[in-house]
Amino acid sequence: MGILRRLLPPAMALGVTMWAQSPTYRLGRTPTAEEMRAWDIAISPTGKELPPGRGTAKEGADLYVKKGCAGCHGPTGAGGKAPTLIVTKGAPTAPGAMPGMDMGIQPPGLMAVSAPYATIMWDYISRGMPLGKEGTLAPSEVYALTAFLLYKNDVIKSEDEAMDAQSLPKIQMPGREGVKPPPEWKHGTPRLQGYP
Amino acid sequence: MDSKKPDRRGFLKGAAAAGLAAGAVQSASGQTPASGSSPKRGLKDQIAYGDRSRFVTSIREPAEGRPSPDAFGLTFHVVTPLAESVGIITPSSLHYVAAHRGFYVPDIDPKEHRLMIHGMVDRPLIFTVDELKRLPSVTRVHFLECIGNRAKPTHKSVAQTHGMTSCSEWTGVPLSLLLKEAGVQSGASWIVAEGAEEIKGASSIPLAKAMDDCLVCYGQNGEPVRPQQGFPLRLVVPGFEGIYQTKYLRRVKVVDRYYMTYNDYGHLQKDPKVVALTEQIGPKSVITFPSAGQQLSGPGFYEISGLAWSGGGAVRKVEVTTDGGRTWKDAEFKTPAYKMAHTRFALAWNWDGKACELMSRCIDELGTVQPSRAEVAKFWNEPLTPDFRPRGADNTIQLWKVASDGSVHNGNFA
Repeated sequence: MGILRRLLPPAMALGVTMWAQSPTYRLGRTPTAEEMRAWDIAISPTGKELPPGRGTAKEGADLYVKKGCAGCHGPTGAGGKAPTLIVTKGAPTAPGAMPGMDMGIQPPGLMAVSAPYATIMWDYISRGMPLGKEGTLAPSEVYALTAFLLYKNDVIKSEDEAMDAQSLPKIQMPGREGVKPPPEWKHGTPRLQGYP
Repeated sequence: MDSKKPDRRGFLKGAAAAGLAAGAVQSASGQTPASGSSPKRGLKDQIAYGDRSRFVTSIREPAEGRPSPDAFGLTFHVVTPLAESVGIITPSSLHYVAAHRGFYVPDIDPKEHRLMIHGMVDRPLIFTVDELKRLPSVTRVHFLECIGNRAKPTHKSVAQTHGMTSCSEWTGVPLSLLLKEAGVQSGASWIVAEGAEEIKGASSIPLAKAMDDCLVCYGQNGEPVRPQQGFPLRLVVPGFEGIYQTKYLRRVKVVDRYYMTYNDYGHLQKDPKVVALTEQIGPKSVITFPSAGQQLSGPGFYEISGLAWSGGGAVRKVEVTTDGGRTWKDAEFKTPAYKMAHTRFALAWNWDGKACELMSRCIDELGTVQPSRAEVAKFWNEPLTPDFRPRGADNTIQLWKVASDGSVHNGNFA
């Protein structure tokens, strides 16, 4: 271990952290490719995990009613029991309510306006909606509903513009500018140097 | 069981019929029975799994008055009754509950539950809960705290100002052990931890933290993790805010970037200073007795008691003032100061019957000192108004005002 430690600094200088890697206990089994594919529902900003499928805002408008979204979020995407999804056109883009965030940190606002990547919307609709039937939407339906919210919030200009695995990650979201991931975390350091 | 023995429920029913339960009737010992005092469960059940005394009535309440369950039947944030807390372990049934969107507590059969480790690893693995229990275990005491745990002018008790933190003894397998079994590939920098509940809540966690001290827990306070807390598996990320403590853990994906999941979305900020204040919890403390809504019965001796914690490590020192901050005294620790755990502190105090102001402040092992609201306002160059809201997680000092009649009030915003 001592020798290893002496060998580590050059690697760490390159920003590479090394972990001991050999299996010791040999418990658990190897998941099948199908298990990994089916469970892997988190979508990164690159969109590389997005499944095949496509949908337009026009199709999304129908689904918004058919899948029951309107029942909770309101026929216009506002005024329902569930959080606001659509900012009224022409009105100032005041940040809307964000699900579950009303007493946490300052809500960054309505997702379709403030999410830095449209993949976040896709991920959430796919995993979290509709309430009580989560995970039942087909990929094309999620693309269509995402397109619908983007169109209604003036992020995309055409209700016929199809969203798919290629186009969705490329949407220039109005909330993108300046958003940063958390700073690197290090054991045994204060959360923010200079904070009182 | 001998069915001929008179059971307690029958006796109490008889007592109620005789009029004993009507109004505030004094029992033989001189104490007032709680209303509706007939036990809900029979003696046999109580012997199998014990209840607390019917005279003990502290319960969780919805945070911010938001109903839980809400209009959709979702369980929402509820707070721990800290005013009645003793020691540092929160009973599991009183542990605060928080959920990003609200949630339907899932009814998971542990035999069916699996944990998958995959992504940038050499050997993707799926574990059963029983397999995880075969691995070398770790037991540690850690607090959890919701980032929404912040005092507001409307708050009238320490449960409302600080009740979204609780502390448990957690038992599980180090996440680093599982990641080493799988073999983390170079270039990896984050993990995405995901639950099995209906929304499959997922958070991005720095790989450095995952390899440091995170635990995949199946035990809490000497028993399996409770369903509201993530049964059968919960990821505990010591010292980080609550949302990272992934319940119903079913998947850990090793990745090369911040994934900006829905849970991460709330952390996406333009100001990197604010972002830094939303991950690791700063040093924090609060006096739980005397605290707002409580009543001192008259001048004389009291033990001021409270909780201190820090996401940066162990609590090194707690100072208490009884004169509004003119003088501070070192509090005594009543429990060991575990890392990233509640620590019970106390200070002997003779109340002279005059109005006074009580505060505590925590200094952690990194030397970081719990700030006042004024200091934080100054850092952000904002005026200190009652509305001033510290950005990120709020770890500012709580002021309790004791009036000359012995009543205690939230003094932060007066």
